[in-house]
Amino acid sequence: MRMLKRAAFYLLLLAIVFLAVFPFYYAIVTSLKSGTELFQASLWPQSFSLANYRNVLTEGPFLRNLVNSLIVSGAVVAISLLIGITAAYALARIRFRGRSGLMLAILSVSMFPQVAALAGLFEIIRALHLYNSLLALILSYMIFTLPFTVWVLTTFVHDLPVEIEEAAILDGAGPWIIVSRIFLPLMWPALATTGLLAFITAWNEFLFALTFTSTNMQRTVPVAIALLSGNSQFEIPWGNIMAASVTVTVPLVVLVLIFQRRIVSGLTAGGVNG
Amino acid sequence: MRRRVRTAWLFLTPMLFVLAVVAGWPFLRTVYYSFTDASLADLDARRWVGFDNYFSVLRLPSGRVLYDGLLVDPVWWRAVWNTVRFAVVSVACETVLGMIVALALNAEFPGRGIVRAAILIPWAIPTIVSAKMWQWMLNDQFGIINVVLLNLGLIDTKIAWTASADTAMIAVLIVDIWKTTPFMALLILAALQMLPREILEVAKLDGASPWQIFWRVTLPLIRPAVMVAVIFRALDALRIFDLIYVLTPNNVQTKSMSIFARENLFEFDKFAYGSAASTLLFLIIGLLTIAYIRIGRLSFDGGR
Repeated sequence: MRMLKRAAFYLLLLAIVFLAVFPFYYAIVTSLKSGTELFQASLWPQSFSLANYRNVLTEGPFLRNLVNSLIVSGAVVAISLLIGITAAYALARIRFRGRSGLMLAILSVSMFPQVAALAGLFEIIRALHLYNSLLALILSYMIFTLPFTVWVLTTFVHDLPVEIEEAAILDGAGPWIIVSRIFLPLMWPALATTGLLAFITAWNEFLFALTFTSTNMQRTVPVAIALLSGNSQFEIPWGNIMAASVTVTVPLVVLVLIFQRRIVSGLTAGGVNG
Repeated sequence: MRRRVRTAWLFLTPMLFVLAVVAGWPFLRTVYYSFTDASLADLDARRWVGFDNYFSVLRLPSGRVLYDGLLVDPVWWRAVWNTVRFAVVSVACETVLGMIVALALNAEFPGRGIVRAAILIPWAIPTIVSAKMWQWMLNDQFGIINVVLLNLGLIDTKIAWTASADTAMIAVLIVDIWKTTPFMALLILAALQMLPREILEVAKLDGASPWQIFWRVTLPLIRPAVMVAVIFRALDALRIFDLIYVLTPNNVQTKSMSIFARENLFEFDKFAYGSAASTLLFLIIGLLTIAYIRIGRLSFDGGR
């Protein structure tokens, strides 16, 4: 009986791992196939071919799209963290009226259906002449990265011991000194985790990137992959699509596996964002 | 003390300013546009039309009465129904499956780290990429899923998963559940690991079966955490856009509220009508959230 239970448990674990990993494995396998082999549903490529990767990276603007994604996500993370640190300090350490209301508002903005701001954002972006530029994306992505960053950093600051700050106040340090000299050095791990999570969300964003850019050269990777098409309307270049998909996903998967523990703690602290 | 409060607001100003520019003001403008007849080509040439985008009555000279507007648009209500149904089914499945995965990961066994790493993979994959990956696996001609099902004798003709009316929603559900169950599992696992071991030990000493322990002890204790995880997931599911846009494009069976709003805004040149849809979408999600919080007696303790 006990043996049976153990066997069932391991079978369950095996099923979980298989279901989680197989689709990505199959994408990698497909990306390494070429020609007619693509259309045979085999679990192993007969001939390893990097042709799909060569196509994606040399024909068309995919490299440019990668650079765009890097610029946008990097800028969004940097700005969010910069603004987020001081806000998090104020929210976690200073008691003032309206504080919990403000926290609730920040949470609501991060769970806000982004479509509800789409029309108004479009108006602003056109008025600022930012349409079809990376700046339009950097600006609009603040709507989800900033509240998320502030929320997670606030829970982190909250958990830092109060004594450190009290000592600094007794020494006559002002709030700016406290944040930049005392909290900042302690917060590197939190900043790394939050930054990584915000980076992943920005990297994956689709709705704004689709709406606020119109040419291939300005697109980010998710939009480029979604719109990747073949020579004719009916010929979908599955090999290229899978190669592009694997190219943008492998760095993410590696990062996530390296920072596993931190990410899990960041996710549960934030509770936000699928 | 006064000075500290002033510092607090000073420190908060940049964040408040940015959020006002990218969220508050755009949302108000969306609501405003929903009361106009603006078109994408020329946003400035607009007139105030009141509630016409939502509901209007037109009396023809012949005496016939026509109703128009979002509130009587069957395509819109179809999108609302699609979205709500999708959200309920996907979140329910994700909660049950997430619970199973979390309970499994909460046990001690060799190789636990590997399993946890494995379930993080679907979470790490961009939604668009997972949509494309599954579109390929679900491909009617060459997809591995049809091939496997055919070989096992479970189906006798290939199924056009993402295109046919009967299966498009199922395809969307499969991909969404695959992608977001890990998130659910991790949140539930975190709650499980906070449980005091002693309580479970005592229950075991009292002779309770594992089944009883789960229903009587574990579940009531982690219920608050699960309720919070459910609402985060539900809010995410209710605004779904990218997965459906890529996996089942132009399909009435899966068109969500967000897709309806965006296509009116930017593809059909009905900017004002799309704004009205966005506004209504916001109201619907807001009302559902408030109802859920009331019914579930949820509490967010501010700041923690």
